[in-house]
Amino acid sequence: MTEMLEHRAIGADLPRRDGAEKVRGTARYADESPAERPAYCRIVQAPLARGRITGVDPAVAEASGGVLAVLTPRSPGGRGAAEQLADTSDAEYAILQDDEVHFRGQVVAVVVAETFEQARHAADLVEVTYDEQPGDTLFSAERNDLYRPEQVESGDPPDSSEGDVDAALEAGPVRIRHTYTTPMLHNNPMEPHATTALWEPDGHGGAGSLTLWDSTQSVHAVGTTVSGVLGLDPEQVRVVCPYVGGGFGSKGIPHQNVVTAGMAARAVPGRPVRLPLTRQQTFSLAGYRPPTVQRVALAADADGRLTAIANDVVEQTSRVKEFAEQTVLPARTMYAAPNRRTSTRLAALDVPIPSWMRAPGECPGMFAPEVAMDELAHELGVDPIVLRERNEPETDPDSGLPFSSRNVLACLHRGAERFGWAGRDPRPGERVHGGWRWGTGVAASVYPTSRMPVSEAEITRVDGRYVARIGAADLGTGTWTALVQIAADALEVAVDEVDVLIGDTDHPEASVAGGSTGINTWGSTLVAAAQEFRKRFGDTPADGDSARAGVPPNDAAERYAMSAYGAQFAEVAVHADTGEIRVPRLYGTFAVGRVVNPRMARSQLVGGMTMGLGMALHENSLFDPRTGHVVNHDLAEYHVPTQADVADLRADWIDEHDPHVNAMGTKGIGEIGIVGTAAAVANAVWHATGTRVRDLPVTLDAVL
Amino acid sequence: MDHELTLRVDGAEHRLSVDPRTSLLDALRQRLGNTSPKKGCDHGQCGSCTVLVDGVRVLACLTLAVTRDGSEVVTADGLSAGPPGSGGDHPLHRAFIDEDAFQCGYCTPGQVCSAAGMLDEFARGRPSVVTGDLGADPELDDAEIAERMSGNLCRCGAYPGIRAAVARVGREREGTR
Ligand code: FES
Ligand code: FES
Repeated sequence: MTEMLEHRAIGADLPRRDGAEKVRGTARYADESPAERPAYCRIVQAPLARGRITGVDPAVAEASGGVLAVLTPRSPGGRGAAEQLADTSDAEYAILQDDEVHFRGQVVAVVVAETFEQARHAADLVEVTYDEQPGDTLFSAERNDLYRPEQVESGDPPDSSEGDVDAALEAGPVRIRHTYTTPMLHNNPMEPHATTALWEPDGHGGAGSLTLWDSTQSVHAVGTTVSGVLGLDPEQVRVVCPYVGGGFGSKGIPHQNVVTAGMAARAVPGRPVRLPLTRQQTFSLAGYRPPTVQRVALAADADGRLTAIANDVVEQTSRVKEFAEQTVLPARTMYAAPNRRTSTRLAALDVPIPSWMRAPGECPGMFAPEVAMDELAHELGVDPIVLRERNEPETDPDSGLPFSSRNVLACLHRGAERFGWAGRDPRPGERVHGGWRWGTGVAASVYPTSRMPVSEAEITRVDGRYVARIGAADLGTGTWTALVQIAADALEVAVDEVDVLIGDTDHPEASVAGGSTGINTWGSTLVAAAQEFRKRFGDTPADGDSARAGVPPNDAAERYAMSAYGAQFAEVAVHADTGEIRVPRLYGTFAVGRVVNPRMARSQLVGGMTMGLGMALHENSLFDPRTGHVVNHDLAEYHVPTQADVADLRADWIDEHDPHVNAMGTKGIGEIGIVGTAAAVANAVWHATGTRVRDLPVTLDAVL
Repeated sequence: MDHELTLRVDGAEHRLSVDPRTSLLDALRQRLGNTSPKKGCDHGQCGSCTVLVDGVRVLACLTLAVTRDGSEVVTADGLSAGPPGSGGDHPLHRAFIDEDAFQCGYCTPGQVCSAAGMLDEFARGRPSVVTGDLGADPELDDAEIAERMSGNLCRCGAYPGIRAAVARVGREREGTR
């Protein structure tokens, strides 16, 4: 058992430390970082899915007003050829190194000019000729070239098998076997990816230094990536990012834009260069959630005890770089069943490179099984909550380990009470009033609790205050405030005696804000640093006293299965004539361990559920296989939930004390809110209309 | 050829010459260094760039700077209880913080300006598409706020907090009328 902190500041409902700057707009994001006479960079993108660049002529662009540099591919070569990169082993970062076009939207030239307008104009004047080849872009589970990846993104095996699923399905007596699909989805943080880059050739003792003000979930990952690709010493690259205008995973792994910004800066030494991607460009350069096809099979006995669970997943990756979403994971661990099978097959296509999007794996991977469970409940004639009670595992079905805590049933029960689930008429399509058909639905949520292996923090006594430094990130998650609460408790002082500085590679190395590991990892690191500090300097430190510590490993992770859980309840109204779908109520109840700051936790959970509502009803990247292009690549056509789409949407949590996860008792809350939402809404649509929609998003044409 | 124009921004007068292609948003952000309004799409689709121009909420990315010569521009930074740029908080600033009406903060200055413009439109009796009785004074309920604020996207999903913040300031204002 971990030694737990005594909670004083943890749990306090403090306002955000960066609130005043954010409401006035004075908080500076990457594109707004102070810069003397910045130049502007614009990317030229390939307009075809596959082919070879036969020539690039920058002459007209170069001659247009204000142009400082045009970077062109090294092959076929010619004027403006980009620098040779030191490491091209990751194809995503091998920018302008050869003549191959791997996907539509790939960077094929880069313009730097005095002003934004001049850069934009000149980018249109770069002449690129291609030898176009037929692009292979059509995603389908019926393709004959699907392959099994070595592992999925989480590092888990792609497939799993226990018992005999087919025999159990044969035996029945109750079975559900259907195909479910989730579409290509784009993160679309409100701040498009952006970098301000400055190359100073005289910096770092004459070797040159590169400063990147980048919008990222991990300054240290950007530093490591860019220094490696450009062949610089890690010390030559500094990455600064105090604020991130949302990321949701898309700023977790560095993408082409930041490497491009570094290359552009090196082409105009001494000049800061701003490279804000346009909204449209983010659709091909900043990652996305790949589409999935999930064949789910459930078998149960007459009492509703599952005898088999299977999820056979086919999903998309890009030919140029593999990304295997871990969609299979929830089916392995969520419910007990003696016979279980999962599989992952990929279609590698000439498409942009997929990447992380909020709860990669769990989010799509809970949609299909949670709808299937609803179908099974109906088939059996039992309440969906009762069905889940009957299949609650005693230990983790996948690893066999006991749970450090598992309160999914408590969430279902508490949520049902708040929502008013009791006495629900289970019959579908029976309630019509006011011209609308009404229904309710439920689904469970899960997200694993983990801690990253590398992070370090330093605590120093400065002017009678405690100043902690760690290269962590605040994407709106509240890190600026939450880490102060944790450090204060670890030092056993009041929050107003503590400052925590984040978002800079000059601070000790921190792990990425991803996988809901941020607070678990950085908090554990700060606790270790505080202990080290107190051990060395006691309770009356002198100014300048300073101590560092790394993140301690969590031995309990070997002995326990650790996850956060939740339950989401949706009420939908489907217009009887037009099929318009509204969600008047969406309630989530979660078990996420100890909550560090209730107002910020609520905002994150509500935000996750809102994105889940978008996944359920609105979001769909419409990919045109003829051109390899996301046709609706902007915010007018890619519909994220708006203010009027969100009615009574609430999140709360049960009081959960898990002594095994870490010293704070936290489980991470950034992703669980989006897990299960789409299933809850789709289940409610079925209850309202009697139409079972297994393909997201659920749109009105499906229920008319 | 560049064009000369005068803008009052957050209470201070600026004389500047701009490329005729320059949007008001880029004039503010890139020429005057006022980065309070944000650029979420540059196409009039998200509301992040909302500012008040001569008291009316406007998408700065869809407005060419040269068309606003002589205008009074107020950003979320210049918004205050007194005249523009006179310093101090506007009640919306405080309400947004109290209601945790944001996370990443990128849409927030636009939301704040939009809320200020919207409350003013509401006070002047302008109906919205959800206003039932066009003859009566509209009621500042959740549906009205949601409708009138739907031009401002928030990918962090801070909508319930935004609604609560706007409702609070709207109520305070009605109370003092
Ligand atoms: S930036 Fe102006 S509406 Fe999006
Ligand atoms: S606060 Fe992040 S987009 Fe609104």
